[in-house]
Amino acid sequence: MEVGPGHFLLAKLDDVARWAQSSSVWPLTMGLACCAIEMMTVTAPEYDIARLGSEVFRSSPRQADLMIVSGRVAQKMAPVVKRLHDQMADPKWVISMGACASSGGVFDNYAVVQGVDTIIPVDVYVPGCPPTPDGLLYAVNLIQQQIREGGRGGVLARG
Amino acid sequence: MSTTERPTTPPEPMTPEIVSREGNSMVLSMGPQHPSTHGVLQIMLEIEGETVVKAEPEIGYLHTGIEKSAENLFWTQAQTVIERMDYLAPESNALCYALAAERLLGIEGKIPERAQTIRVLFSELTRMASHCVWLGTHGIDIGAISVFFYCFDLRENLLDLQEAAGGARMHPNYMRIGGVNGDLPQGFLDRFDALLEKFPGRMRDLRGLLQANPIFQDRTIDVGTLTPEEAVRWNVTGPALRASGVAYDVRRAFPYCGFETYEFDVPTRTEGDAYARFLVRLDEMEESYKILKQVRKRLDTPGAVMIDDPKIAAPPKETIALSMEALIHHFKIVSEGFRIPPGDAYASVESPRGELGYYIVSDGGNRPYRIRTRPPSLYNLQVLKHIAPGNLIADLVVMIGSLDPVFGEVDR
Repeated sequence: MEVGPGHFLLAKLDDVARWAQSSSVWPLTMGLACCAIEMMTVTAPEYDIARLGSEVFRSSPRQADLMIVSGRVAQKMAPVVKRLHDQMADPKWVISMGACASSGGVFDNYAVVQGVDTIIPVDVYVPGCPPTPDGLLYAVNLIQQQIREGGRGGVLARG
Repeated sequence: MSTTERPTTPPEPMTPEIVSREGNSMVLSMGPQHPSTHGVLQIMLEIEGETVVKAEPEIGYLHTGIEKSAENLFWTQAQTVIERMDYLAPESNALCYALAAERLLGIEGKIPERAQTIRVLFSELTRMASHCVWLGTHGIDIGAISVFFYCFDLRENLLDLQEAAGGARMHPNYMRIGGVNGDLPQGFLDRFDALLEKFPGRMRDLRGLLQANPIFQDRTIDVGTLTPEEAVRWNVTGPALRASGVAYDVRRAFPYCGFETYEFDVPTRTEGDAYARFLVRLDEMEESYKILKQVRKRLDTPGAVMIDDPKIAAPPKETIALSMEALIHHFKIVSEGFRIPPGDAYASVESPRGELGYYIVSDGGNRPYRIRTRPPSLYNLQVLKHIAPGNLIADLVVMIGSLDPVFGEVDR
């Protein structure tokens, strides 16, 4: 479909908002452990998350839409993760990256939170220890799909 | 959205009580979520204007209980969690632990020649990969974005080799007590040759981006200066120590895996500032390249890659169907691992960050009784409170970057 000068396009406001939102999911700069290195790798040339519009890592939770919990969440870090999630503006999404964030992984002990979903809601889990950057890209894809197809997001339907 | 309804512990208030507040100063908490603390470091800063009066690193935000977890795993299984300590140099961790366990088993001299060569290969590859991450993130901290892309592009080539040999990009678990896990795969040497060919040009690019860059020099020269005496007193090791003029390298001082048979220099500088640490690390990557070229020549000789002792290494898979003893040994190794005689041993290697040591204690069982790590990052990081006062907050970022701490290793 081509829209030339003088032409116009009719769409529902919600669809346009969803399209815009899904094309600019900005993650929060929050590296925890090994997975954080793979999270940095997705911005590097070989994987290039900029193709999905998510290369803008924001250091302030108030400017971020997506929290990538990249690594094991220690008991001491858990309140900080929770607070950062609270500080992010709605609508917001969470990817639990790797085995440790999803379930505690190989660290079934006193020090590690057994799954970050015990403290914040998680939208997509990525398996792996650490997951490959392709895995994380796919997870961002799933978040985009979720937004476009009527999950949380858009101007009308907020979760 | 049922997960939000689960009971949660209320967030603890982060009160900056560990620094005193006097006169005109104010207290600033930097981290634990901060783009330039390289992970989860919190620094309590007492500042006057933009000048740091006192800096107190607050660690433990990544405490994982790895040493404790390892006590519940077989000697070989423990390597899985140990690799996750210093996640930028997993091979160095696994190698150091294997060396300590071999010392306790008394099989140090029996490791096959080819296994030693492959160990050297991967400990140098992991050093290059680690320095790539350090340089990329250090550049970003200072405002140089392009260097990040060059570094991570090179790192991909290094990780491809790890993936080919060990099956995983970051934690291949390839080093084993008694050797390495299987010979190098087909086609590995061709890819290795391609990397060796690409490396010098890429190194020229990296130097060209930063070394003579006036902005980079302004930000790093005379920042975070450490005299040799201070560096030794604070137990600093690795590139940070060598940048202060002390030529201490474990590979030279206490050679392991046949490092005494390789020709390489220990690069040192005398300035002791962040720029000197930058130059030392770049020189180190070139020394690693020299070692890798020598490794390449030795890899043409075939040979065993695992110790020939069925009590420690599982016999080759193809013998299991033919020999009763092989089947029994295989079953014993898989089901209950092997036992290590009672005692304790210490081994250390030169990890990309400095002297990495493992002290292990065995009570004669098939699991470690105690594992204690000497992580270089922890000792290097504590010097921060000594060099930070009197500098600007922006310089603090440069200092953290130039010390290159990894928090998986600091907090463990």
